[in-house]
Amino acid sequence: MIRLDNVSFTYDEDEFPAVDDVSLTIEEGSFVVLIGHNGSGKSTLAKLLNALLIPTEGDVWVEEMNTKNEEYTWDIRKNVGMVFQNPDNQLVATVVEEEVAFGPENLGIDPAEIELRVTDALEQVGMSEYRHRPPHMLSGGQKQRIAIAGVLAMQPNMIVFDESTAMLDPQGRNEVLEAIENLKEKGMTILLITHFMEEATVADRVLVMDKGKVVMDAPPVEIFSRVEELREYQMEIPQVIELAHELREQGISLSEDILEREELVEELCPLL
Amino acid sequence: MLRDITVGQYYPADSLLHRLDPRTKLIATMVFIIIIFMVKTPLQYAALGLFVLLSIYLSKVPVRYMIRGLRSILFILIFAFVINLFFTPGTPIFQLWRIRITYEGLRLASMMLIRLVFLIMGTSLMTLTSSPIQLTDGIEKLLSVFKRVGFPAHEVAMMMSIALRFIPTLLEETDKIMKAQMARGADFESGRLLKRAKALVPLLVPLFIASFKRADDLASAMEARCYRGGKGRTRLHELRYAKRDVVVFLVLIVYFGGVFLLGRL
Repeated sequence: MIRLDNVSFTYDEDEFPAVDDVSLTIEEGSFVVLIGHNGSGKSTLAKLLNALLIPTEGDVWVEEMNTKNEEYTWDIRKNVGMVFQNPDNQLVATVVEEEVAFGPENLGIDPAEIELRVTDALEQVGMSEYRHRPPHMLSGGQKQRIAIAGVLAMQPNMIVFDESTAMLDPQGRNEVLEAIENLKEKGMTILLITHFMEEATVADRVLVMDKGKVVMDAPPVEIFSRVEELREYQMEIPQVIELAHELREQGISLSEDILEREELVEELCPLL
Repeated sequence: MLRDITVGQYYPADSLLHRLDPRTKLIATMVFIIIIFMVKTPLQYAALGLFVLLSIYLSKVPVRYMIRGLRSILFILIFAFVINLFFTPGTPIFQLWRIRITYEGLRLASMMLIRLVFLIMGTSLMTLTSSPIQLTDGIEKLLSVFKRVGFPAHEVAMMMSIALRFIPTLLEETDKIMKAQMARGADFESGRLLKRAKALVPLLVPLFIASFKRADDLASAMEARCYRGGKGRTRLHELRYAKRDVVVFLVLIVYFGGVFLLGRL
């Protein structure tokens, strides 16, 4: 569980806070999607969760450990794994298995145990057959799956995906989203940061950030019913939801919880 | 053009040389290099040549691979040969106007050529049979003797392995920037040396800036995965000397000792 109490963060060179007085709790086992346009402060918020940044005001608590206390820094990072945006810039090693082993090696885990964890983590992201390959020969989606395996091998309680799908082609994005959903099914706590709205539809809860503040916090169905509000925060509305919204405005009665194309099709067909 | 570099490449295979501990190979290569520059008689060269041939045979690396490695330094080989051939004073055996070849020159030039070829073959055999990770691990372990006097063995090895990791990434990026600049009319291939060097500036600047961004990202990613230097760190594959390493060491001592004695005959 992660708790933020009135957290603010201002970069040294900036005048205005990048994260401005945010309070929220992320429950164990939940799947939270954080959306917001560029510069809304979502990546800064992510870095506050694993002590890469320390709040200038307020406190971040990870399993009752305050990120301000340097004694806990490594325990916190072991607890909250993070997958970054650029697949090329977060891989350290020249062979896939060494890459996955990097985290546990840093934790000082016994080689025999690391071996087991590497095998298990690669299995979970479906990359076992690439174990002895050099990572630079893989596709973007595969590199990100390796990065996920690298985090899994540390056995965290929670994984933060900091726009991990932003630089991938559609196929790579699907691969990574599929891996994320698999983790969710296994009960992993997930915070997915993205600016693709359609990735929010599968979440338990959606947070919208704007100018450093969390401005919306609700289940996806409710978030997507507030189309006008989302537009105000410069969010791009997924086509299906936009179409349903326009139809409703024209007086066609559609239920409020349409998120996927199939759902819209099912509602529309009887009307024809 | 940038992809033709073969020196320092790894040739995956299952051979005695591949299975040796990288430390054994590093030490053996170093000793071999020293010996190359100590031997003088043709008989000793023959013995070292036999050693190189045997090693290539045991490594299961195809001979054409080794020759391809030599081709990249062909210019240096010819240059060293020619310089020694024409500019060594001594008894002339051939003279045409001011060009003179001496007996000593011929001798020195061929010796230099043989030495360089052995040197390249020996060192590339080491890199061809050990993966970059094994090599950096081996270097780290060997250098950690100097940790007591404050030498950052782990950090140096980590820097080397990160450099190796990013070579393909940076090559790819260079290629991309070059193509982007060429699409807008940049010319990297014609003109004199100075002009060509100048043309590289718009290539190097973005590459340089992007590298800083990469370094920053990588540092965050490493920190997020609890990297805090070499202290208390374990390895997935710990290096361990095996029986074959001991055997190889013994064989090498006998062989190199023999080569040394050959010079005294």
